Formats: sequence, C-alpha cells, structure tokens
Amino acid sequence: MTTATTAADRTAAPARGPATMAQALNRALRDSLAADPAVHVMGEDVGTLGGVFRITDGLTAEFGEDRCTDTPLAEAGILGAAVGMAMYGLRPVVEMQFDAFAYPAFEQLVSHVARMRNRTRGALPLPITVRIPYGGGIGGVEHHSDSSEAYYLHTPGLHVVTPATVEDAYGLLRAAIASDDPVIFLEPKRLYWSKADWSPQEPSDVAPIGRAVVRRPGRTATLITYGPSLPVCLEAAEAAQEEGWDLGVVDLRSLVPFDEETVAAAVRGTGRAVVVHESSSFGGAGAEIAARVTERCFHHLEAPVLRVAGFDIPYPPPMLERHHLPGVDRILDAVGRLQWEEG
Amino acid sequence: MTVLDTPAWRPRADAAPLLPDPEPYRLLGTPAAADLDPALLSRLYGQLVRGRRYNRQATALTRQGRLAVYPSSTGQEACEIAAALALRPHDWLFPSYRDTLAVIARGVDPVEALTLLRGDWHTGYDPREHRVAPLSTPLATQLPHAVGLAHAARLSGDPVAALALVGDGGTSEGDFHEALNFAAVWRAPVVFLVQNNGFAISVPLDKQTAAPTLAHKAVGYGMPGRLVDGNDVAAVHQVLTEALERAREGGGPTLVEAVTYRIDAHTNADDATRYREESEVAAWRAHDPVELLERELTGRGLLDDAGRQRAMDEAEAMAADLRERMHEDPPLDPMELFAHVYAEPTPQLREQAAQLRAELAAERQS
Ligand SMILES: Cc1ncc(C[n+]2csc(CCOP(=O)(O)OP(=O)(O)O)c2C)c(N)n1
Ligand SMILES: [Mg+2]
Repeated sequence: MTTATTAADRTAAPARGPATMAQALNRALRDSLAADPAVHVMGEDVGTLGGVFRITDGLTAEFGEDRCTDTPLAEAGILGAAVGMAMYGLRPVVEMQFDAFAYPAFEQLVSHVARMRNRTRGALPLPITVRIPYGGGIGGVEHHSDSSEAYYLHTPGLHVVTPATVEDAYGLLRAAIASDDPVIFLEPKRLYWSKADWSPQEPSDVAPIGRAVVRRPGRTATLITYGPSLPVCLEAAEAAQEEGWDLGVVDLRSLVPFDEETVAAAVRGTGRAVVVHESSSFGGAGAEIAARVTERCFHHLEAPVLRVAGFDIPYPPPMLERHHLPGVDRILDAVGRLQWEEG
Repeated sequence: MTVLDTPAWRPRADAAPLLPDPEPYRLLGTPAAADLDPALLSRLYGQLVRGRRYNRQATALTRQGRLAVYPSSTGQEACEIAAALALRPHDWLFPSYRDTLAVIARGVDPVEALTLLRGDWHTGYDPREHRVAPLSTPLATQLPHAVGLAHAARLSGDPVAALALVGDGGTSEGDFHEALNFAAVWRAPVVFLVQNNGFAISVPLDKQTAAPTLAHKAVGYGMPGRLVDGNDVAAVHQVLTEALERAREGGGPTLVEAVTYRIDAHTNADDATRYREESEVAAWRAHDPVELLERELTGRGLLDDAGRQRAMDEAEAMAADLRERMHEDPPLDPMELFAHVYAEPTPQLREQAAQLRAELAAERQS
C-alpha cells in the first residue's frame, strides 16, 4: 500500500526559485516528453493520479494517455512491454511504484534489458529508463523501504544512477532518458520533498552520467556516499568540526559507471575514507567502493576503508527503522576508528 | 493414428460448464433467501456490523498517529466476513493487505492484526495458530502459496482447503496466472476470491482487463468461474462454501469474482476525488452490504431495534477495546531486529547486534 499520496506538493516546478526534488523530477519528465516524441512514460497510477508520489502529475493532461499511460498492474509486463517499445524505436520511461514492487520485473531486467545490446552485438540497444523510488526513512510498512541498488549494480549492462539534490534530480533524469543504455534511476523517496533554489539546467549543462561530485572538500577523512545518505553525511561533516575534524564528502550520483578518478583523488587527499549507505552492508555497493579505493589508493591510506551501512537484516518495521539507518553518530564513530590497528 | 487421435488435438474439458453466469449471483431480497439459516444470517450480521465499526476505528487511529496507514475495506465487509466464515477450522486463509477484517473475523486478535500497519513488526499473529497466512503486501504473491499449501494438504490426505484473496488489480500480475494454472493442473483444493472493487488505487477496471468479467478468466485455466454480488453477504458465503466443499472433496479449484466497491479512498493517505465521481460512490452506498442484510432480516422478522442495538453495542465494545489497547505504546525491542533473520545469526550479524547493543547502552547512559 502507499503512504505518501497526499504528501507531495502538487504545483508545477517554478521557472526559478525554490523547488522540491519531486517537482524537479516532474519537470525533467515534462521537458523530455516535450523534447522528444519517442519518449513515453508508463506505469501504475502514473496517469490520472499523477503517480503515488505525484512525480508524473499533469503529464497525461498535457501529453495525452498515449504518452503517459496507466498500465495494468504488472511490473514484468510493464518492463517487458518497454523492451518491445524500445525495439521499435521508442524511448520508454517506466515507473516502478516502490522499490520492492520492482521485483516482479527482475526477470525482464536481468534476462533482457541488461543484455539485449550484448546479445545482438549492438544491434538492439535499449534506451529504457526505469524509475524506482527507493530507500527508507518514511515510516513505510514492509516492502516500501528497500534499498535495492546492489541487485542492479551487480548486473552488467545496466547504468545505476541516484540523485541526492534537486538539481541532480533534474539533470540526471534528463541524461538517463537521453541515454541509449538502460538506466536504473533510483529516486531517494525521503528526499522527494527536499527543497532548493533551482532553475532547470539547459540540456547542454546537464552533467553526463558517471561523474561523482565533491560536495564538501575536507582534509581529515573522506565520506563517500550517494542518494538518501548524502544529507546525513553533510550533517556529520558539520558535526565533526566540533571534534576538530575536517571531513570531505563525495556524492557518487552514479554507481554504474563508477567515477574512480574523482573518488580516488578525494581519498588521496585525506588518506582516510568511510563509505556510507543505507542498504545492507554485506555484498553491497560499499564493498565494491571500498575494494576499488583500496586498490587505487593503497599507498595513500592511513587506515582501512570502513563502511557504515544498514544492518544485514530485512528492512525493519517503521517503529524500529531509526536503529537501522546510518546516522551521524555511527558515521562519526567510524571516522574515529580510522586508525591502523596496533599489533 | 492421425493427429486427430492425439491428445493435443482434443480439448481437455468442455468449456461451457466452466463459464460464469454473467449476472452476479444474489440471494438477499430474492425468494431463495427464505431457505437461509437464520442463525447463520444473524452471525453474518453481527460480524458485518463489527467489521464496519472496525474500519472506522482503524481509520481514526491513523489520524491519531497510532497506525502508519490503514487500507479500509468499508463497502467490502460482506466479502471479508463471508470469506472468514465460509472456512472450517482446519482450512487456511491467505489474505491480501486490505483484508484485516477477514483476518479478525477468523479469530485473530484485532490488535495483533494491526501490527503490520502500526509498524511495530511485520506480522503480529502466529499464522499457524489461526491458519491465517501473513497479510500480503506484494500483490498476488500469496496466491501461489495458497496453491502450494492446498496441494500439500491433498498430498497428506487431509480434508483441508485454502482460500486466497486478491483484488481486481492483482489479477493482472503474473503470479495470479501462475497460481491459477498450478491450481487447476494439480486439482489443488484452493478457492480464489477476487474482490473486484472497481479500482486499483486510481486505475479503473477497464484499464486493467478486457475480459468479459474477471470470473471468465477461470475458463482459460480449466476451472469454473463464478460471479457473485460482493455486497450480498449470504450469496458470497454460499458460493464460497460450495466452492470450498468441492475443493475438499477433490473437485479442484474455483475462481470467484465478487463485485463490490471500495467506498473509502485507497488508504487514509489517498485522495480518491482525483480519479472518481462522487455519483458512483453514492450509487454503491445505496447498495450497502450491511443494509442489504438488515433489510432481509427485518423483513423476515429476524431483527428488531433491540437486535440492531445489541449488534451495535457489541461492535462499540470491540472498538473501545481496540482504541484503548492501541493507545498503549507497543513494547519495542530493537535487538529483535537480529533475532529472526536466520535460525542462527551469521558472525557478521552477531557483530552488528553487539554494535547496536553498545549504542543502546550508551543512549541509556546519556
Ligand atoms: C507487486 C505490487 N505492485 C504494486 C503494489 C502497489 N500497490 C498497492 S495496492 C495497489 C492497488 C491494488 O489494487 P487491487 O488489487 O484492486 O486491490 P485493492 O487495493 O482494490 O484492494 C498497488 C498498485 C504492490 N503492493 N505490489
Ligand atoms: Mg481493487
């Protein structure tokens, strides 16, 4: 079931001024639909309702039911149909209503979407964007708060992208839709209502997929993060000043492709790194990131790379989720442990 | 031998007897209602009144911050109650996320049935105690489970049937198809009840299916389909009772479509005015499951004002108890997060549990 249907701000994004991430995403869809007649939006409740998070609000009214379509309730069908539409030359943008409801589409994703280009020696690229609201912290009941990025990033052939700011929500979604590769576009649902001063970037100013960005330079240690954990890391960096620590924060923005250059340069500058994400730690994105940082920066490291992540448990019920989510204290704790152990 | 003699050439069953009567089956207000057992009717009535009150109380609890969310089944009480009461003690119920009423009507404690929606754990009752599977949020995924359980019961020689509930939207999922196909091929003792309440959140049925009725889908699997007025509790109860009996006796599965209506919004967090007309809601309000039964009972002299008051008082007592117990904070033990992941925790989980224990201890100190 859904918990958020009335929460989003329904007004369209302003030309300039404060906007929510939800509005920026809505604007990116609108501008993509307007710019390219091949773009088609589809999913459960995306039409009349405008999506349970209102990300597709107004699109059917503006572009018609054929461009923004309420589908039958079947995720495998939605994604499978998108494959066929892309084969015919369209550019489908599909919405999975929640992270855990994308799982019925897993077969289509892994067996076809991810490998069609490869199977056909490049003859059939699939320019499909799969939008998935993900992550917890919204008090959702079970199956509404999964961080499912590890399944996707482990599947060669998929780009995996996740914005953490209003500006990136717009830019990355435009770039994802324009990409000729399939993109898993993970929307941190607890940041949907985060606000920033913003005006839509020109397409030429949109950063390409695959570039991390340093959100805060630092000299003591580097926090490497993405999506819903970025605001937590920035808060931790603020709080760390009290300890006399100067923490840098890197926002990956894209897990695949992974921007090793930006990450390695930041870590070489501090010699210490902590990877922070909400999903379970075992076999998660942090494992890959820590391994790469170690490979690239071994001689610069003053301490092992640590991970602060969700526990290795099914996502907890709402009343217990605060114990699961990485918070400022756990991050600062890890920073405090960034020493080579003696003996 | 020619192809005409091979099994592939010939149909496996005659389609005609499987076809549903396209007019939803009704009992209340018809002459056939005269044969209905008064004791059964008054049990159904008490449960309907209680169910309606429960929906109202649970919705109020969302406003008081005591429930994270509540998907109300107001308007669908007849399906919920008939489903629970058609089952025998050894049968199993496989509810969908909207079916809290069926779960409590089966005997689960009204507070324990709300654990999921209160958010202190995912399932608040022991599924084996009442033979009620956990409320299923991923749509239609519970249907193959019902088939498997029914199949296992049949393999074990037990006269046990499973009743699986799903919404109209859920019938579009692949799991719906796979479950019905397995059920029919295995002749599993399972009954599928589709509550067609007109909408899947905002999506109306005509965007969901092009089938003549959802009950017609049965024919493609080789099982009978039945269409019933989902607001006529006696009719739903009778159709389900017959289908379950047939299942227990080895006759195989049945697909039942109950035509009903979701009177409230999808959940307390939804705004239904965005996608449906008030006149449609009004039409269904005039075909109310509680009133339909009340009219029947009153007409036959089985219910008077005193009886009505008694049912309301009982419902009120249940609501008061629910309110009181739901206003207590549930006991929460964060360490339980690690308790039920595996039979034995992994070394990494033990480490993580130790970390949380230390954090909690530090929290208590400060
Ligand atoms: C696999 C899956 N996809 C999407 C959802 C999100 N969702 C929750 S309820 C719902 C609509 C269900 O409609 P229906 O099956 O008709 O049941 P009703 O809500 O009417 O009882 C949707 C799309 C879900 N829970 N599971
Ligand atoms: Mg429905």
